[in-house]
Amino acid sequence: MTRPITKTVEVPVADGDGERYTLKMGPQHPATHGVLRVDLELDGETIIKCSPQVGYLHRGFDKIAENRTYAQSLILTDRLDYIAAMANNVGYCVAVEKLLDVSVPLRAKYIRTIVCEMSRIASHLLWLATHALDIGAMTVFLYCFREREVMLDLFEELCGARLTFSYPRIGGVRQDVTRNFIDVLQRFVAEFPMHIEEYETLIDTNRIWLKRTVGIGVLSATEALELGLTGACLRGSGVDYDIRKHRPYDAYDLVDFEVPISDDGDIYARYRCRMEELRQSARIIQQCIDQLPPGPIISEDAPDLVMPLQGQRKVEAGSSTYGTGLIRLLEEKGEFPVGDIYVSTEVPKGELGFYFISDGSGRPYRMHMRSPSFIHIGALPALAEGSMIADLIANIGTLDVVLGECDR
Amino acid sequence: MESMEIAEKLQNHFSEEVLDICDFHGQVGVVVKRERIVDILRWLRDSPEIKMDHLMDLCGVDNKKRQGKNLLRLEVVYNLYSIPLRHSIRIRAQVPENDAAIDTVTTLWCGAEWPERECFDLVGISFTGHPDMRRILLPDDWVGHPLRKEYPLKGREEWSGLEELKHKVVQLQEFGLSDGILRTKEGQTQTKGNEES
Repeated sequence: MTRPITKTVEVPVADGDGERYTLKMGPQHPATHGVLRVDLELDGETIIKCSPQVGYLHRGFDKIAENRTYAQSLILTDRLDYIAAMANNVGYCVAVEKLLDVSVPLRAKYIRTIVCEMSRIASHLLWLATHALDIGAMTVFLYCFREREVMLDLFEELCGARLTFSYPRIGGVRQDVTRNFIDVLQRFVAEFPMHIEEYETLIDTNRIWLKRTVGIGVLSATEALELGLTGACLRGSGVDYDIRKHRPYDAYDLVDFEVPISDDGDIYARYRCRMEELRQSARIIQQCIDQLPPGPIISEDAPDLVMPLQGQRKVEAGSSTYGTGLIRLLEEKGEFPVGDIYVSTEVPKGELGFYFISDGSGRPYRMHMRSPSFIHIGALPALAEGSMIADLIANIGTLDVVLGECDR
Repeated sequence: MESMEIAEKLQNHFSEEVLDICDFHGQVGVVVKRERIVDILRWLRDSPEIKMDHLMDLCGVDNKKRQGKNLLRLEVVYNLYSIPLRHSIRIRAQVPENDAAIDTVTTLWCGAEWPERECFDLVGISFTGHPDMRRILLPDDWVGHPLRKEYPLKGREEWSGLEELKHKVVQLQEFGLSDGILRTKEGQTQTKGNEES
C-alpha cells in the first residue's frame, strides 16, 4: 500500500516468533463502540496491518433523502450520531437554511446554540466514560453518567425525547424553552466546572492513565490534516480549526469562548482538549442564558414539518388546519433555488458537512453528508499500525467515533 | 482571498482545463475536465497564496437528470478549505459514463482513501491509482450503484447473500446459537436490530 504518510512501522520487541496471524476484532466487540470490525494482522502483540470494515449500519441516507422534501429529511439526521443528535439536527437545519435563504430569529439562534453545547457536553461525557472504561478506569464511567443524565432529562423536558430529538426546525426551533429548563440548566452550568475537576482528580495524573495515553497514537499536524481529521483530534495535534470560529453559525459569533489546542498530538493531548471543551461549553451556555433575547422562535417563511404554532404563523385562507408550511413544501413549485452548497458545522465529533445540490424541485437532487466518524475510522490504520494490540482500544476511543454516523 | 478571485487565478493557470465557473450564495464552484485533476488540486494545495490544505468533502454525483452546460454524466466534487487563510472553493471534475474513472487524490490527502471508496461504492466512479479500490458500505457482492439515478429506491429482489445467511442460521440452530444472531419468524428471516437502527 502506498500510504503517503510514512509512519515508521518498527516492531519494538520481537515478541512473536515471526509468524503472522490475523484476528478479526468485532463487530460485536464492546470496545469498538458499535458495529465496527477491525481485521488485524499481528506479529505477537504488535499490529502489522489494521483494516477497519464498516457498513454494518448502512441505511442509505443519501438515497432516502433524495426522495424526501427538505423538512422530511430532518428526522434522518437524528439517526446519524445518536449520542449528540441535537448537534446533527442543528447542522442539517443550518445547511438547509443557507440553501433556501431562510433567516432565523435571534432567540432561536440562542436556543440552538444552547442545545448544541448541551449535546456537546452529553457526547463528551459519554466519550470520557467509555474511553476511560476501555482503558481500565471504571469509576469515571459512573461519575460521567451522573451528569449526562441531567442533560438527557433537560432534553426530555424541552422536546419529549431523550435520544432522537428532531427539536430544531428549518428556520428556528419547535418549542420555546421553559422557565424551569433555564433554572435547572443555570444550576447545572454553575456547578459543572466542579464536576470536571472531579473527573480530573480521578485520571489526570493517574499513573496508569498516563502510561496508556501519553506518547501513544501520536499524529503530527501535517499528518492529521492529510488524514482529514477534524474536531478535537485535529486540535490535539496543534491545528487551530474550529468551525464555530472559522465560519460562525447560529449565535457563536455573539458569545465569547476559547478553542483549546494542544501541540503534543497524542491520546493525552486529545483528552485534555476535550476536557477544556467541556469547560468552554459551560461558559457558552452561561452567556447564552444571560443574553437570551425575547421574540419569535421560528421564522415566518420556514417550511414546517407539521403544525405551525398557533397564533404565531400565518395561516392562509382555504388551507387546512395542518398548516401552510407542509402544503407549501409539498407543492414544490418554483420557490426553490437551483445550485449547490456545502455547509458544515462543528459537532462534538468533528466537522459535519452537508453538500446539497438543488434542482429547484423541493427535494435535494443530491445530498451528501460528510460525517466525521467515517473519516476518523479511515485514519485508524495510521494510528494503530506498529503499535500494540492493547493500544488499539485506546486509539479507537480517542478518535471518538459513532458507527451510526460512519455508516449512514 | 475571495473565492471568485481564486477561481479566476485557477482559470488563468489551467485555461485548458476549466470549463465553467458558477457562483451560488457566495460559494464558487469550478467545473473542470478530469484529466489533470491531481495537478489542479496540487496547485491549489501548494500555492503559497491559496494553501487549500483541508479537503473537507469528496463525493460523487450522477448528473443524468441535471440541467446545465458542460456537464458529463458523472461528476466528482471536491470541497476545499484553507485553514490558515480561511477561504474555500469547490472543484467539480466531469467524468464520462462510458469510462467512469478519474485519478486518485490519495497522493495529496491520504484521508481521501475512504471517501473515494465510498464514491466508487455508491456512484460507481473508480479511482485510478487508489491503493484499495473496493466497496466500503455495501457487501462486496452487491450489484449496481445505489446513487445512480436509474437505481430504484426499493428493489424487487433480495440481496444475493441472504440465502447463504439463511443457510447459516439453520446450521447455527443445531448448536442452539441462533437466538442472539438471527430470529426466524413466520418463515421470514430478519437480521435482528435492523428495525431499531
